[in-house]
Amino acid sequence: MKQYVIIGNGVAAAGCIEGIRSLDQNGGITVISEEPYAVYCRPLISYYLEEKTDPDRMRYREIDFYKKSGVRVLYGEKATAIDAQKKKVSLASGDPLCYDALCVAAGSSPFVPPFEGLETVEHKYSFFTLDDAFALEKDTDKKKKVLIVGAGLIGLKCAEGLRDRVGDITVCDLSDRILSSILDAKRAAAVQRHLEANGIRFLLKNSVKQFDRHTALMQNGECVPFDILVLAVGVRPNKELVQKAGGEVNRGVCVDDRMQTSFPSVFSAGDCAEGTDASCGEKRVLAIMPNAYMQGFTAGVNMAGGDAVFNNAIPMNAIGFFGLHVMTAGTYTGDVYEESDEAGSKTFFIKDGFLKGFILIEKTERAGLYTSLIREQIPLEQIDFERMKKSATSAAFSEQKRKTMFGGKKDAAV
Amino acid sequence: MRGNKKMKRIYVKEEWCLGCHLCEYNCAFANSGESDMVLALKGKPIYPRIHVEGGEKITYAVSCRHCEDPICLKSCIAGAITHNEGVVKIDREKCVGCLTCVLVCPYGALAAGEDGLMQKCELCLQNAFGAPACVSGCPNGAIVYEETEGSQ
Repeated sequence: MKQYVIIGNGVAAAGCIEGIRSLDQNGGITVISEEPYAVYCRPLISYYLEEKTDPDRMRYREIDFYKKSGVRVLYGEKATAIDAQKKKVSLASGDPLCYDALCVAAGSSPFVPPFEGLETVEHKYSFFTLDDAFALEKDTDKKKKVLIVGAGLIGLKCAEGLRDRVGDITVCDLSDRILSSILDAKRAAAVQRHLEANGIRFLLKNSVKQFDRHTALMQNGECVPFDILVLAVGVRPNKELVQKAGGEVNRGVCVDDRMQTSFPSVFSAGDCAEGTDASCGEKRVLAIMPNAYMQGFTAGVNMAGGDAVFNNAIPMNAIGFFGLHVMTAGTYTGDVYEESDEAGSKTFFIKDGFLKGFILIEKTERAGLYTSLIREQIPLEQIDFERMKKSATSAAFSEQKRKTMFGGKKDAAV
Repeated sequence: MRGNKKMKRIYVKEEWCLGCHLCEYNCAFANSGESDMVLALKGKPIYPRIHVEGGEKITYAVSCRHCEDPICLKSCIAGAITHNEGVVKIDREKCVGCLTCVLVCPYGALAAGEDGLMQKCELCLQNAFGAPACVSGCPNGAIVYEETEGSQ
């Protein structure tokens, strides 16, 4: 009987469990979980603060998931070292675990820059875990002022989650625009206006020079008073275990399309892994939840002796702020085609006859058709893309392709 | 979960589709919980789980394909989508309306309901119809519910 060990208990681990069990019903699976919770939907912590969900509904899988899957979970345990030669994982408190196949699904950790005076701030938080959300929930009231450092996805979802719980919210970022990892300047400005209309104040191209208990002295000389500080500057892949074991790492743990690391019996998946971005061909850490699951599943299948490949990962995000829907995917390179009106906008990036990326504000109907053009690398000459730009529709595909999609016909070409 | 068992699916024949949109009305009615179609739909915007696409030359109805390997399920950030016995379902209690499933569905088959949360075709297996209302209500046999050679 094979022994599987998974470091981490997030969505990549859940995918890994399901991948293993799709082939091997008998092998032993042990999950090392630092957090004291069953796998939950991490991106939902802002919805929790908005009271749109609760810990029970935030479960990623059914309550009997581990039992049904025959998985032993070591809660509150931490992996401290991997010995890839002896195939052994050392633990902080328990006996070492031996494995036949290991998956490092250790996730990422919030990155806290060395701000001067940060140690004087008492009420400071990250916004990354369920416990972070619980702690913020306890500390908030309508009189309090919040300063969020970082106008990325985490910082802004935190702002949305806290808006109705606190007095006022200021978000600062060194970048000249919000959501700089997924939006261009024009679209960022549009989303920023919407957030401002919903009571969020921004200080951009500006960060904190120094903290003094309840005050942040900004680089431009402004003083921002606050009661609660949220640090959402960014996250870093937890690659250290593999790195210290002598495995190949870059920004994250290097993996191939089978999610295998430089050690044959060690796989990696999720926010700690650096795979290939199919929209540009480069190695990147794609720290998004769909990717975590699919990488985890792929790793699991291969750990169980199968041969699965996940080679069409692309960056993509569907995110909403106060009712405004934003969808982005792929890489922003090549010719830009834009279409916008009062209701929203569509921006497409086209290069060498392929759709490479898009940004949709509000106009998100059937967006998956656009995503599939990127992910499946469909040559635009094979479809009526002029029509697609206006409205996502499979009517822009060939009749044969449509019949494969909807008519139950096999093997038709695009 | 992912058996090789042949499942019945909804297929469309675009050469037979009249573009009458009756499937949309039948879908909205079947999922309304009302027993009278007029009461259920008259004077209200409808949010069907099937929609007609196309243009002047061709039209066809699009609804969930109930994929064998659903990318919506793998992508859902709320763990709200499940796949059992060939039916892909969404738990509206868990859904937060982020629309990630809309972003990934390669068929363009998904859309949110009136409340902004997702709803989807569940083949009318749980409502009073017990079998797809779009199929039984199609006046020209352009939507069928059968086992065929294709697999998604």
